[in-house]
Amino acid sequence: MTQLSDRALSRLQSIVDVPDFEGTRYRILSKIAEGGMGTVFRAHDSSLDREVALKVMDDSLQETQFAERMQQEAQVIARLEHPGIVPIHDVGILPDGRMFYAMKLVQGERLDVFCQTARALPERLRLFQKICEAVAFAHAQNIIHRDLKPANIMVGAFGEVLVMDWGLAKILGEEKASETRMAMPEPGAAFQDKTDGGSGLATQVGAVLGTPDYMAPEQARGENNRLDQRADVYALGAILQFVLTGSHPFQKIESQAKDKAPKRLQAIIRHAMAEPREQRYANASELAADIERFLNDETVTAYRDNPFDKIWRWLLRYKFLIFIVLIYMIVRVLLFYLMR
Amino acid sequence: MTKVVIGIVVGAILGVFDGMVALLTPEAGNIWDIVPWSSLKGLIVGLIVGFYARKVSNLRGGVILGLVAGAIFALLVVLGNIAGGLPPYWIEIMLPGTIVGGIVGYATQQYGKGATA
Repeated sequence: MTQLSDRALSRLQSIVDVPDFEGTRYRILSKIAEGGMGTVFRAHDSSLDREVALKVMDDSLQETQFAERMQQEAQVIARLEHPGIVPIHDVGILPDGRMFYAMKLVQGERLDVFCQTARALPERLRLFQKICEAVAFAHAQNIIHRDLKPANIMVGAFGEVLVMDWGLAKILGEEKASETRMAMPEPGAAFQDKTDGGSGLATQVGAVLGTPDYMAPEQARGENNRLDQRADVYALGAILQFVLTGSHPFQKIESQAKDKAPKRLQAIIRHAMAEPREQRYANASELAADIERFLNDETVTAYRDNPFDKIWRWLLRYKFLIFIVLIYMIVRVLLFYLMR
Repeated sequence: MTKVVIGIVVGAILGVFDGMVALLTPEAGNIWDIVPWSSLKGLIVGLIVGFYARKVSNLRGGVILGLVAGAIFALLVVLGNIAGGLPPYWIEIMLPGTIVGGIVGYATQQYGKGATA
């Protein structure tokens, strides 16, 4: 008997892992990403003649609770019809029994890649506002994301923003049901430290889900039953810091770049990332509103202006008008003397 | 500040300034008669262009309306002078009044919160 090489075995494994879409409207084109629970493929939808992204559950998980959970993840995304949230088109079971769902194929860059290019501060902040708006929409539906990070946000060619990976989402007010149903490991860098010692599938009190750099302290402590919108606000604060400095919240290089950020923005980050959640913005809308105030040179709720700051900002906001008025006054007086 | 408030404030400030310039022309009359009317003129022009800016977002339109409104109110002042037997000061009143209207029209289109902001 001939022994297969590791390379050949790996190749065979990859062939076996390719889902069987025979008899469906989808034809696999390429693999986009692979994660702990499933694989995302680029595929062609023959019915609608368009490309879509297909998330297919791993073969090894089809007998587990993940199938039901993945369907519920799809249902949560379907509830979130918003331009900033990737839409879902279809959900089903493959002939080989694997669960899949089809979603919009997002063309663009991940936020962390996007931010590597030098961009003006207002452009970055407008982008961040769009992220907040998408998350605020989910918050209004009583859904929290729990794994917001730059890698889970896509920026399209026309500046559109899509919040992805709702695999760790939690429906507030349905504590037990949603925890068991919704919380699951998501493909990617999601951090999972199961402390329940049980099946390892059901998220229970004490299980830590999320990405450490972007995780609210209460989430890191595994207090999943206490999580609310403010956990996402914390992550948004960390994303804001990333958008401004290009570094993750706990990277050492951030301190210098962070200091260069305007004081009021630093205050907004601090407010969003406050350790006691009571001191954070109540939800993503409030955070977005403070960013809007910053962009309009208005007083932000996170920073107490001193009178000089206020006057200086007022002068900056109306500088061109002040310039015109002063020029008018000077010319007026000069002309008066010249015409005498 | 809303567009209307911007119009009123800028119009009033420039109106007061225009009136104060009369200090340089003692023969123009009592400064305390001139300044209130001059600032009221600026204020009314500011109010008109402010309301216009709240409804219409059009820089050129705002400036032109300001120029026209400023000119009309300045003309009223000149006519008032003539009626009162005072020198009309055509250029001294008409030219600054018109320019002030244009500046206020620009300010209300560029600054302030309003329906079109």
